[in-house]
Amino acid sequence: MLEIRGLAASIDDKPILQGIDLTVPQGEVHAIMGPNGSGKSTLAYVLSGREEYTVTAGGVTFDGQDLLAMAPEARAAAGVFLAFQYPVELPGVGNANFLRTALNAQRRARGEAELDAIQFLKLARGELRRLAIADDMLKRNVNVGFSGGEKKRNEILQMAILRPRLAILDETDSGLDIDALKIVAEGVNALRGPDFSALVITHYQRLLDHIVPDRVHVLAGGRIVRSGGPELARELEATGYADLVAEAA
Amino acid sequence: MSAVTETLDTVQSVTQSGYKWGFETTIEMDMAPKGLNEDIIRLISARKGEPSWLLDWRLKALAGWRQMEEPHWARVEHHAIDYQDLHYYAAPKKKAGPKSLDEVDPELLRTYEKLGIPLKERAILAGVEGAGERGADGEGRRSNIAMDAVFDSVSVATTFRSTLMKAGVIFCPISDAVREYPDLVRQYLGTVVPMADNFFAALNSAVFTDGSFCYVPKGVRCPMELSTYFRINARNTGQFERTLIIADAGSYVSYLEGCTAPQRDENQLHAAVVELIALDDAQIKYSTVQNWYPGDAEGRGGVYNFVTKRGACRGARSKISWTQVETGSAITWKYPSCVLLGDDSVGEFYSVAVTTNCQQADTGTKMIHIGRNTKSTIVSKGISAGRSNNTYRGLVRILPKAAGARNHTQCDSLLIGDACGAHTVPYIESRNPTAKVEHEATTSKIADDQLFYCRSRGLSEEDAVNLIVNGFCKEVLKELPMEFAVEAQKLLAVSLEGSVG
Repeated sequence: MLEIRGLAASIDDKPILQGIDLTVPQGEVHAIMGPNGSGKSTLAYVLSGREEYTVTAGGVTFDGQDLLAMAPEARAAAGVFLAFQYPVELPGVGNANFLRTALNAQRRARGEAELDAIQFLKLARGELRRLAIADDMLKRNVNVGFSGGEKKRNEILQMAILRPRLAILDETDSGLDIDALKIVAEGVNALRGPDFSALVITHYQRLLDHIVPDRVHVLAGGRIVRSGGPELARELEATGYADLVAEAA
Repeated sequence: MSAVTETLDTVQSVTQSGYKWGFETTIEMDMAPKGLNEDIIRLISARKGEPSWLLDWRLKALAGWRQMEEPHWARVEHHAIDYQDLHYYAAPKKKAGPKSLDEVDPELLRTYEKLGIPLKERAILAGVEGAGERGADGEGRRSNIAMDAVFDSVSVATTFRSTLMKAGVIFCPISDAVREYPDLVRQYLGTVVPMADNFFAALNSAVFTDGSFCYVPKGVRCPMELSTYFRINARNTGQFERTLIIADAGSYVSYLEGCTAPQRDENQLHAAVVELIALDDAQIKYSTVQNWYPGDAEGRGGVYNFVTKRGACRGARSKISWTQVETGSAITWKYPSCVLLGDDSVGEFYSVAVTTNCQQADTGTKMIHIGRNTKSTIVSKGISAGRSNNTYRGLVRILPKAAGARNHTQCDSLLIGDACGAHTVPYIESRNPTAKVEHEATTSKIADDQLFYCRSRGLSEEDAVNLIVNGFCKEVLKELPMEFAVEAQKLLAVSLEGSVG
C-alpha cells in the first residue's frame, strides 16, 4: 500500500507539489483529477523517481519501504509501474527484447528465476491475445513510428507483462479514441484484485466510466483539495474545476 | 557457446577492473635491436628466409618511406613517434616441435588460458606435434572457425589448415605463403595497397613481419569462417601485420579478425595493411572487432592504430563487405575501402566506432566507383563518451565510366555526456551524370527521458545505456557473424561502463 505524507516537490526551484497527503490501500484504484498545471504529472514522476524533481518535504512509503530513497529501477522491481503520458521511443530496440530485459531485471532484483526467450514469448503472446493487440507489436522497435493510440496500448501491454503491484497511469487516456480507451481500461480492470492498486491520473471523467475508481481525489495548486467516491468524478464533469481551483487559491 | 564468447567470459573473469583485457606475458623474445634501417630490413628478411625479390621490395618501400611524411590531415593529435626507438622484429624463441603441452612454455599456455582458448587448441597453437589433426575433428566445438593465432609477430601455429586444404583453400601465415606460394603472393602483394600508398603503408611494406594469407580457388565456398587473433606482446614492439586475401572467380570467404592487447604505459604503434582481391562473382566478407588498449582515463598510453585496409572488386559482380566494431586504441586512423573496378560490383562498409575517455577515432571508408552499375553502401555509427572525439571521414568517388553507379551513405552519431565530440566529414565526387549518391546523417544524444523510461521498467542505468547503444548499432551488428555479434555487444557494454552519470 502507498502512503504519501506532506509531500512537497519542485523542479528548477519552482514548487509544484505543496503538501500532498494520500493513502492508497492495497487492492484499491484511486483516481487523481485536476486541471492542467495542478501537479498531476509531477506526482507521477516523483513517485517513480524522475531525478529532475526535488522533494522538498514529506515522504512516501510503499509497503512500509521508503520509496523516495529507492532508485527508479528498484521501485520498478518493488512493483511500481508508470504508464507514461508521452511514451519514449527507443530506436533499434525491439519491443520483445526490451520487455524481456526489463522483466528479467525485475525478477533478478527480486531473487526470482529469469525467463528464457521461449517462456517469455509464451507469456507475452498470452497478454497480447487478452488485450487484443496484434502480435507484431512485439517485433517493432519500442514506440518508434507508433501512433498515439499504439503507444498507449504498448504501455498497457508492458503493464500486463510486468505485473506491477501499483500502477500509475499518467493521463493514459489523453488522445485516445473510444476503442483504444476500452483496451486501456480492460488492461487495468484485468489486473484488479487484492494485490493490485492503481493511481489513475486523468483530466476527464470519461476514462472513469470504464475504470470505476474506489476513490477520487482532486488536485489543484499542488494540493489535494477534495476527495470522494466515484460520484465526485461525475460531479466534476458537470461543474468543472473552476470552483475548486478558486477554493484552493 | 561460441569461442569468442568464451574468450570474453574467461578474460573478463580473470581481470576485474579497468581495461579487462590487459595482461602481459613474459616470454623470452628473440628481438632485433631498436631502429629502422636497411640492415634491420635485411635481418627481418633473412630471419624469415625470404626470396630476394621480397627483400628488394622491402628495401624499395623503405627508401620510399624515408621520402614521405607522417599524414596530419586526420582529426587526431598525438606526441611525435620516434620511429628509430622501436623494435621492428620480435619472435617467441622457438623450441623445435614440443612433444606435448608439458614441453610448451607455461607462460604461453597461461596466455592462451586467459584468452579462453580450449585446451585442445592450445596444443595446436603451441605447435605440439600431431595435435592439429586431432583438433580439427575432435570435439568439434569450434570446428567451423579456423584460427591463425599471431602471437606477437610470428604465427605460432595454424589450425585447420589441412581441412581447408582439402577444399583447396590456402590459409596460412603470410611468411609461409611467401615460401610456399611465391607466385600467388608476388602476383597480388601490393597491388591493392601500393607500397607508396601512404606513410604507414610504406612503413608496413618495409617491415611487416607476419599476418595471414588466404587464397580461395575458383568456385569454392570456404567451408569455415577464418579468424585471426592478433596480440601485441612485447614492450616497444610495433606491430606490422600484412594480410592478403584473394577470392578467385565465383568463390566466397568470410574472415574474422579480433584484437586484444596487454595493458602498458607507453604508446604502441600498430600499422597493419590488409589487401583483399575479389575476382568475377567472388565475395569477401571481412569482419573486425578491434579492442586494443585505449589508454587510461587521463589519456596516457594506448595503441596508435594506423591501418590501411582496402579491397579491390576486380571482377564483374564481385562483392567486398567490411564490417568493423572499433572500441579500442588511443588513436584509430582507419578507412577500409573498396575499389569497384568490375561492372556490377558491390562494396559495403558497416562500422561502429566507440570512443570514451580521451580516445580519438578518425575512421570511415572510401568507395571508388570505376565500373558500370557499381553499388556501395556505407553505414557508420559513431558513439562518443567522456572527452573523446569521434570523426567519420568518407569519400565516395564516381569516375566518368561508372554509369549507373549508386551509393547510399548513412552516418549516425550518438553522444553520451556533454564533453565529447562527433564530427562527420563526407567527401562526394561524382563525374558521371547517371550516378546516384545519397547521404544521410544524424546526431543524437542519449536523452534523459530514454534513460528514465528504461529505468522505470526496471533496467539499471548501465543496462539502459547498453540497450540504447545496441539499438543504435543494430544495423551494423547484424552484419557480423553470430559469434562476433555476441562479442561485439559485450565489448560495447564494457567500453561504455561508467560513461553515464
